[in-house]
Amino acid sequence: MLLSILPQVLVDGLTLGFMYAVVALGYTMVYGILEFINFAHGEIFMVGAFVGTEVLLIADAMGSLKGMNPYIALVLMLVIGMLVTGALGVGIERIAYRPLRNAPRLVPLISAIGVSFLLQDLVRFTEAVARNEFYLNSPILFNNSINLGFASIPQKALIVIVIAIIMMVALTLFVNKTKWGIAMRAVAQDQTTASLMTINVDKVIMLTFLIGSSLGGATGVLFAQNYGTIDPYIGFILGLKAFTAAVLGGIGNLRGAMVGGIILGLLESLAGAYMGPLTGGAFGAEYKDVFAFSILILVLLFKPEGLFGEAVKEKV
Amino acid sequence: MALLELQNIHTYYGGIHALKGLSIEVEQGEVVTLIGSNGAGKSTTLKTICGQTRAREGKVFFNGTDITNMRTHEIAQLGIAHVPEGRRIFPKLTVRENLEMGAFSVTDKKQIEEGIERAFHYFPRLKERINQKGGTMSGGEQQMLAIARGLMMKPKILMLDEPSMGLAPILVEQIFEIITELNREGMTILLVEQNANQALTVASRGYVIQTGEIILQDKAENLLANPQVREAYLA
Repeated sequence: MLLSILPQVLVDGLTLGFMYAVVALGYTMVYGILEFINFAHGEIFMVGAFVGTEVLLIADAMGSLKGMNPYIALVLMLVIGMLVTGALGVGIERIAYRPLRNAPRLVPLISAIGVSFLLQDLVRFTEAVARNEFYLNSPILFNNSINLGFASIPQKALIVIVIAIIMMVALTLFVNKTKWGIAMRAVAQDQTTASLMTINVDKVIMLTFLIGSSLGGATGVLFAQNYGTIDPYIGFILGLKAFTAAVLGGIGNLRGAMVGGIILGLLESLAGAYMGPLTGGAFGAEYKDVFAFSILILVLLFKPEGLFGEAVKEKV
Repeated sequence: MALLELQNIHTYYGGIHALKGLSIEVEQGEVVTLIGSNGAGKSTTLKTICGQTRAREGKVFFNGTDITNMRTHEIAQLGIAHVPEGRRIFPKLTVRENLEMGAFSVTDKKQIEEGIERAFHYFPRLKERINQKGGTMSGGEQQMLAIARGLMMKPKILMLDEPSMGLAPILVEQIFEIITELNREGMTILLVEQNANQALTVASRGYVIQTGEIILQDKAENLLANPQVREAYLA
């Protein structure tokens, strides 16, 4: 019985893991450049989920969703979700972080936590005014499953994975092959020298927030499509876990965030399915979050630089 | 008017008065050197020119433009290449990527490729290392890369901050040969050095800086012969 559910558990874990991975990229990119944890990133993901879902609900209310190709609807949600969250991320950096760039480390961190609460309440308020409720049930575009005999893969899970892979490949190509991508890495390594090369550091930081936030927003859209129900607080736990994934992979490292996210998603799914039966019911699926954060603590204790990170050398 | 002109510059680090009314001129086509001991304000002078530290008083003109309050990347864009102290190459970028970053303001792809070829002409060693990460190279190779990277933007002036620091004598020799060659091809160079002997040999004029003030300025050969300079910096 335990083994027969394994394929399903793995599919669930991968779906979750790819979402963690893409959100983790946003944390790790910003950290790589500013050495700052953008704790509002989870809320950007949440805003993406709401924007995407609202696009769908509004299209539905106007009657234009019926007869629309679901793939076109999905692309529309993703594009609008990414544009809004990308702009939001850039705006937050400009208003809440840039003025604090030379302040002590803790100050922008507090600012980020403030932005988090602000976004949660702003979304809650807007939804409550517009719809009398602050959670949304999203129409699901893809309801079919692909039956493989030993497991059935929901189409929506497959879509999460495929789009996440496309975004990860695109980001990798951008960072390694394009002029602005290389400039981004240069700024991460040495801001002062990068500016001597005529690189506008502020512009590169803006670009980092634009890309990281729009990836986070797109993941929010996918999340809403995969799980159906969203509320203004979904960004908190998911954000923390994506951050855990980034630390697990080595914060500041793109490949680390991708691998860390997938590992965390798989482990969490396995823990959720098997912890109960294996401990005779003492620790059930409700402990899967404990499991995820225990991993964070263990990584911090034994390999603080993460799987792909480099041990920090003392600067002379 | 001189290509680069510093007028009565005062720069502070917190409470420390690092540059005290410094004035320097560099004419088109010259090699000018700024010599002085550790902590005299040589690097601060270059950092003030490129906007990394701000002058509290005084003005910096480049090509007739007041650049005193411009931002670093904008100043660089005018054609000022600063090869910083300690080379500061990007350790995790390859040699090629480092060079490409030097040409960040250049939009013409062909010009970038020509620039890379030119870099290989001056520094053939870099060609063998093209796909190697900058941080894995030796100090001499890193200095070559730093200079080559500075040349990629086709600057109007090249500012070198202690290019000989920490290098073996044979490499120092090579670096100074290249400085001479670049100047022969028309490059204006502002050279900051502790190695006063070498610097004055390649330069046409020199300034001697001490605790943030210019105490002497003259033709390089006169400075080389000056007993005061000989005693303090050439001993």
